[in-house]
Amino acid sequence: MPTTNLEPYLAKHSFFSGLDPADIEEIAGCAKNAAFKAGEYLFKQGENAEFFFVLREGHVVVEVPTARGHSIEISSLGENQILGWSWLMPPYKYQFDCRALKQTKVLEIDGRCLRGKCESNPRLGYELIKRFARVMTNRLQETRLQLLDLYGAPADRS
Amino acid sequence: MMSTPELAIGSQQGSLLPEIYRVEEVIPETHDTFTLALIPQEGEPMTFAPGQFNMLYAYGAGESAISISGDPDLDGASILHTIRTAGTVTSALRGLRPGDSLGVRGPFGTSWPMEAARGKDVIFIGGGIGLAPLRPAIYRTLNRLERYGRVRVLIGARRPRDLLFMNEIAGWPVETLVSVDRATERWRGHVGVVTPYVRNLEIDPGNTVAMICGPEIMMRYAVMELLNHGMRPKDIFITMERNMKCAVGFCGHCQLGSEFICKDGPVFSYETMQFWFAQREF
Repeated sequence: MPTTNLEPYLAKHSFFSGLDPADIEEIAGCAKNAAFKAGEYLFKQGENAEFFFVLREGHVVVEVPTARGHSIEISSLGENQILGWSWLMPPYKYQFDCRALKQTKVLEIDGRCLRGKCESNPRLGYELIKRFARVMTNRLQETRLQLLDLYGAPADRS
Repeated sequence: MMSTPELAIGSQQGSLLPEIYRVEEVIPETHDTFTLALIPQEGEPMTFAPGQFNMLYAYGAGESAISISGDPDLDGASILHTIRTAGTVTSALRGLRPGDSLGVRGPFGTSWPMEAARGKDVIFIGGGIGLAPLRPAIYRTLNRLERYGRVRVLIGARRPRDLLFMNEIAGWPVETLVSVDRATERWRGHVGVVTPYVRNLEIDPGNTVAMICGPEIMMRYAVMELLNHGMRPKDIFITMERNMKCAVGFCGHCQLGSEFICKDGPVFSYETMQFWFAQREF
């Protein structure tokens, strides 16, 4: 029996699918819904990484602030994607800025709350580590592809 | 049978003799890309199948194989070629003005599998200038949308200023995702290479046809993602780029193993090309 209305959503989400219902319940206990308006920051570089996010609706951009005052966008994320892993490892600080490009609804999961549960439940901790490792690997590969400059070579026949 | 691209339907298939066409319009597309709208000096414009190309002959500079980028279902319309300025011939083509003439041979080559895709979901993935050879297939799909299932178009480019056809893409009545590797402050779309977005698509692998055009390295990663979804190599179509000279399979410049890209391609199923994609420096 779900204890919050977030459990069915989490159980169906590809990132959490296959987790033990008890673990889903633990995660849901650290989660709450939140919304950000277009232009609003989900977090900024250097802030305490208190949360990670499941994007339910909307579109956000991860960016690096520069010394000249503007930001360089390095990645964007949309519906169903997982955002943020700085909560998982010291120094628990966000490494980038993240800004909503339009009205964005998220599931905000409290990192400190979940870390505590992982310490006392290593099986949950290991499952989450494996899943975040996959997200991080994918992001690393995406970044490498960006560095490859895939579109640099002409594709026309001239 | 999905593994064989549809054959060319062009009335001038195999021609070695250029016909004289006149430039009707030069349409600037991006900082380095433009579209030539061509009409024949005599008679009706050619018919072509999506994916085919023409040999454009700029007098005094030479010939270049250029994909047709217009709507294949517009009878009597001028023939569009979208060209990135990259060398001597394309620079000469860039210098043409309305009223100027040039030589045209074609259309040549195989086409995108529009008939074989009927009743199926369709995914188009275009990278950089690769959107131009895909556009006729996208037009054909939009013209006959009732024949296809879920249609999605993924477009990637290096920077916002490299994106082609942005004025019309927003009006395409299908799911479209546009992403750039390097965003600018004013860019409000997706950021990142287009291939990872393939990973997040919902795909019915047994009922989907994918058509991909872009640099080969981009196509390789896009194919990998589609295969990870369980798609079959015979349902994934790519277009190959090689140094095409005669365009009819005589000269061998574009030969790849037993295939002549100009005659047996440029559109191939991945099933046909997967051996070559696995070879280094092919």
